Amino acid sequence: MADLSTDFVGIKSPNPFWLASAPPTDKEYNVRRAFEAGWGGVVWKTLGLDPHVVNVNGPRYGVIHGADRRVLGLNNIELITDRPLETNLREIKTIKRDFPDRAMIVSLMVPCEEWAWKEILPKVEETGADAIELNFGCPHGMSERGMGSAVGQVPDYIEMVTRWCKQNTRMPVLVKLTPNITDIRYPARAAHRGGADAVSLINTISSITSVNLDTFSPEPSIDGKGSHGGYCGPAVKPIALNMVAEIARDPETRGLPISGIGGITTWRDAAEFMALGSGSVQVCTAAMTYGFGIIKELTAGLSRWMDEQGHERLSDVVGRAVPNVTDWQYLNLNYVTKAQIDQDLCIKCGRCYAACEDTSHQAIAIKEGRVFEVIDAECVACNLCVDVCPVEDCITMRVLEPGELDERTGRKVAAEYANWTTHPNNPSSQAAE
Amino acid sequence: MANTPLTPGIAPSRLSAEDLARNFGDLHPPLDGHEAAVAADRCYFCYDAPCIAACPTEIDIPLFIRQIQADQPAAAAKTIFDQNILGGMCARVCPTETLCEEACVREAAEGEPVQIGRLQRYATDTMMAAGEHPFTRAAATGKRVAVVGAGPAGLACAHRLAMRGHDVVIYEAKPKPGGLNEYGIASYKTVEGFAQREVDWLLQIGGIEIRYEQALGRDVTLDALRDGHDAVFLGIGLPGAYGLDDAGHDGVRPAVEFIAELRQADDLSALAVGRRVVVVGGGMTAIDAAVQSKGLGADEVTVVYRRGKGRMPASAWEQDLAASRGVRFIHNAQPVATHGNGTVREIEFAYTEEDGPNLRPTGETFRLAADQVLLAIGQWLDEAPEGLERDGTTLSTQGAGRTSLDGVWAGGDCTHRGEDLTVTAVAQGRDAAEDIHATLMGEG
Ligand SMILES: Cc1cc2nc3c(=O)[nH]c(=O)nc-3n(C[C@H](O)[C@H](O)[C@H](O)COP(=O)(O)OP(=O)(O)OC[C@H]3O[C@@H](n4cnc5c(N)ncnc54)[C@H](O)[C@@H]3O)c2cc1C
Ligand SMILES: Cc1cc2nc3c(=O)[nH]c(=O)nc-3n(C[C@H](O)[C@H](O)[C@H](O)COP(=O)(O)O)c2cc1C
Ligand code: SF4
Repeated sequence: MADLSTDFVGIKSPNPFWLASAPPTDKEYNVRRAFEAGWGGVVWKTLGLDPHVVNVNGPRYGVIHGADRRVLGLNNIELITDRPLETNLREIKTIKRDFPDRAMIVSLMVPCEEWAWKEILPKVEETGADAIELNFGCPHGMSERGMGSAVGQVPDYIEMVTRWCKQNTRMPVLVKLTPNITDIRYPARAAHRGGADAVSLINTISSITSVNLDTFSPEPSIDGKGSHGGYCGPAVKPIALNMVAEIARDPETRGLPISGIGGITTWRDAAEFMALGSGSVQVCTAAMTYGFGIIKELTAGLSRWMDEQGHERLSDVVGRAVPNVTDWQYLNLNYVTKAQIDQDLCIKCGRCYAACEDTSHQAIAIKEGRVFEVIDAECVACNLCVDVCPVEDCITMRVLEPGELDERTGRKVAAEYANWTTHPNNPSSQAAE
Repeated sequence: MANTPLTPGIAPSRLSAEDLARNFGDLHPPLDGHEAAVAADRCYFCYDAPCIAACPTEIDIPLFIRQIQADQPAAAAKTIFDQNILGGMCARVCPTETLCEEACVREAAEGEPVQIGRLQRYATDTMMAAGEHPFTRAAATGKRVAVVGAGPAGLACAHRLAMRGHDVVIYEAKPKPGGLNEYGIASYKTVEGFAQREVDWLLQIGGIEIRYEQALGRDVTLDALRDGHDAVFLGIGLPGAYGLDDAGHDGVRPAVEFIAELRQADDLSALAVGRRVVVVGGGMTAIDAAVQSKGLGADEVTVVYRRGKGRMPASAWEQDLAASRGVRFIHNAQPVATHGNGTVREIEFAYTEEDGPNLRPTGETFRLAADQVLLAIGQWLDEAPEGLERDGTTLSTQGAGRTSLDGVWAGGDCTHRGEDLTVTAVAQGRDAAEDIHATLMGEG
C-alpha cells in the first residue's frame, strides 16, 4: 500500500487532502465531521479582525450546470468568516487538541498594516495550529476594502506582508495566490522573496456566472443586482494546473512548495496537481457539492493508482511532470502524427467530418454508406476530430515513423528533434545565421 | 364490480376503475423539463443525421433537440411543426423504433437511441399547452380546395393549403375529425382527448371549414367537388375491413370496429369484452386490439398470426409491449373456421409453412376456445370514388399524390404508397398540398 502520509513544510497530515479555506472549514462542527470522515487537514475559513464582516442575506452562490445538473463551476460572493475571532480561535484550539495528527492551517486576512498582523499572529499561534495561510486571493468584497486580491495583485505588498508574518511567528507561512493577474509568477516570486514557506493556489477567479434574461440581473441576484464573485470547481482546473506548473518551473521559484487548489474533484485531478509540483492539495467545491464522503474515493483512488504505478510515497510523484512542461518554441516539429479512424468503433455520427470540414483542414472524407476516412495529405494532426468524437479511442493519433512520408508536406519524417528556434521561417533563427 | 376476468362469455366491468385507469393510462408519460434536458444532451448533432432521413416527414431532429438543449422547447416545436403539423400526435404514435430512433447512431452504438419521440412530445406539448400556433396564412389566393377526410392526411393537406392562402373545405363522413387518430390509435397512446385538442389547435390557422357527416359517394359526388373547387384532395383512409369467409358467428367482428367503440367510450367499464379473446392478424391493429382487450379484463388473449414472428408487421417493440401485458402469441397459423352454436365458442386454425412469399397449410389444425374473435387482417378501400384508377385495393397516384383524374390528388392510407402510418399520411398530405399550391399558382 502506497504511503499517503504528507509532510508539507513541516505540516504533517495522514494524507495530502486538505479542505480549502471556505464554508466546509468555517466551524468546529464541520471540521470535526470532516476529520472523522478522513480528511488529512483543513485550512480554516479565513479569519479577520473584529468586528467581523457580514455576508449578504440573499443567495451567495451562482452555478454552471451540465445537462444533468452536474456542477461544473461555482461562483460565490461570500466574504471571510462572519463569526467573532474569539469563537473561531477557541474552536480551532479544541479541534487541534482532539485531532493532533491532522493538519490545521489557519487562513488570515487583516488590513495591510503591520500592527494588525502583530495582533492576530500570537492569538493563532496560541491555538496550536500548524501553519497560517495568507489569503491574498478573494476577488470580491474584501478586495474593495484593500484586502484579499487587492493585496494579491501587488507583488510588493505580498512580499511586505509575508515578511511581517515571517518575522512575527514561528509558524510556517503559506501565501495563497489570486489567479486574477496576468502572470502568476510575479506574485509567487514576491511571496518567495518575502520568505514564504509555500504558496497555495488558486483562489477563485473573478466571474459573473450568468445573467437573468427576464430581470437583466447578474446571478446570483440580490434584490435585482449582482456583483462579480469568485469562480471555482471543475471548470477552473485547467487554469489552476497551468498556474501551478508556471510556478513549479520558474527558475526563480523552482522548489518552492506548492499546495495545489482549483477544481480538484477526483483522485485523478489531485494526482495531476501533484505531478505538476503540488505537495498537498486542497478541495472546496467538490466537498461542497458531494459532502465529506468523497475523501474515501480520493484517498483510495490515489493509493490504488500509486500501487499500480509502483510509486511508494508522495515524493515519488510530486513534480514528476514538471520537466515535461516547456515553452512552445521547444516542441519537436519533427513529431508528425495523423488522425486515424477505427471503422469498427465508428458509429457514423459524422461529427469529425463536420468539425474538420467546417473548421479545420478538410481532411476527412465522407464515403458511400457514411464511411469517414482521414485524408493523410490534408491532415495537420490538430486533434479536433479526436476531441469531438463521442466514442472513446475511435479516432486516435498515429505517430509517423522516422523516414515515413508525410503526405501533406511531401517530406519524409526526420528522426532528429527540431524546434522553432532553428526553423527557417523563424526570423530570429535566420538572423542568427 | 359485478364481473371478473373469469366471468364466461362477453361481459362488461371485469376490472375495477383503478385497474382500468392504469391499463389505459399514458403509455409513455411525458418528460419533465429536467428529464428532457438530460435526454436531449445525449444527441450528438450528427452531420447529415440519419434520423432525419428515417422520418417520413423529415423533421430536422438534431436542430429541434439542440433547441431543447438551449432551453427553448417552443422553438423546437416550431422546427417540428414546420415539417409535420401533427408532430404532437406523431410523437405519441410513431413506431419510432422502426423510424428515427432505429436510425439513431446511439442505437447502433449502445442499443439505446436518443429518445426522439419523447423529446418531440416534450417540445410540441409545451407549445400547444401555451396555446401558441406558430403559423399565419399567406395573402388570400382566392382559390378553394376540397379535402375529403379529416384524418392525418387530410388535416396535414388542409393546414398547408390554408397556410399558402387557399380556402379549404373538409368533407368528413364521421361526426368528429381526426380519422384513425380519433377512432383507431390505441387509447393509451393518445390519452385525455388529445386527438380533438390537436385538431382544434391545428384549425387555429384559419381558412379551414369542416363539414361533418358529409361522405363522398353518399352525400357529395366527386364531380360536384371538382366543379365547386379548384382542386380536390382525397384522404379517406381505408374504411373497409376484411372479414373471414366463414364468420357467421356472433362474437366475431373486425378489430377496428371494437377499437373505434373503445375509443369513443366515455366509461370503459361499460365496454364488454370476452373472457377468452382471439385476435387474428399481426399488425398494429392486432396488437392494439389484444392489449386493449387485456386491459379491459379479458382473462386470456391470444394473437394468432399466419407467418413467423420475424414477419409480423407490428414492430418488435409493440410485440414486447403486448407480451408484457400478458398477451400470448401463436405464429404460423391461419384461421379455417369458427365453431359454436350461434355464438362463437372456438376458432380453428391450420398451421402454415412459409415458402418464400407463399404460405402452405401443413395439414395440422388446432382449435382455441374463444368467446370473442377480433379480426385484424387488413383494411381496404371498399369502393373507390367514381372514375379513379386503383392499384389493387388502393388508389394509384403519381408524383406528390396526383390521381388519374385531373385536379384530384390523394394521400395517406387510401393510396398505395408508403407504410400505413400516421406520419406517412401527414407527409403525403403536406406534399400534395405543396403540389396543389404550385399547380394552382401556375408553377407546377
Ligand atoms: C387500430 C389501428 C392502430 C394504429 N396504430 C398506429 C400507430 O400506433 N402509429 C401509427 O403511425 N399508425 C397507426 N395506425 C395507422 C394510422 O392510423 C393510419 O395510417 C393513418 O391514420 C392514416 O391516415 P389517413 O388520413 O390516410 O386515414 P384515416 O386516419 O383513416 O382518415 C380517413 C378519414 O377519412 C374519412 N372518410 C373515409 N371515407 C370517407 C368518405 N367517403 N367521405 C368522407 N370522409 C371519409 C374517415 O372518416 C376519416 O376521418 C393504426 C391504424 C389502426 C387501424
Ligand atoms: C463559498 C466559498 C467561500 C470561500 N471562502 C474563502 C475564504 O474565506 N478564504 C480563502 O482563502 N478562500 C476561500 N474560497 C476559495 C477556496 O478556498 C478555493 O481556493 C477555491 O474554491 C478553489 O478550489 P475548488 O475549485 O476546489 O473549489 C472560498 C470558496 C468558496 C466556494
Ligand atoms: S486531426 Fe485535425 S486536420 Fe486531421 S483529420 Fe482530425 S480534425 Fe482534420
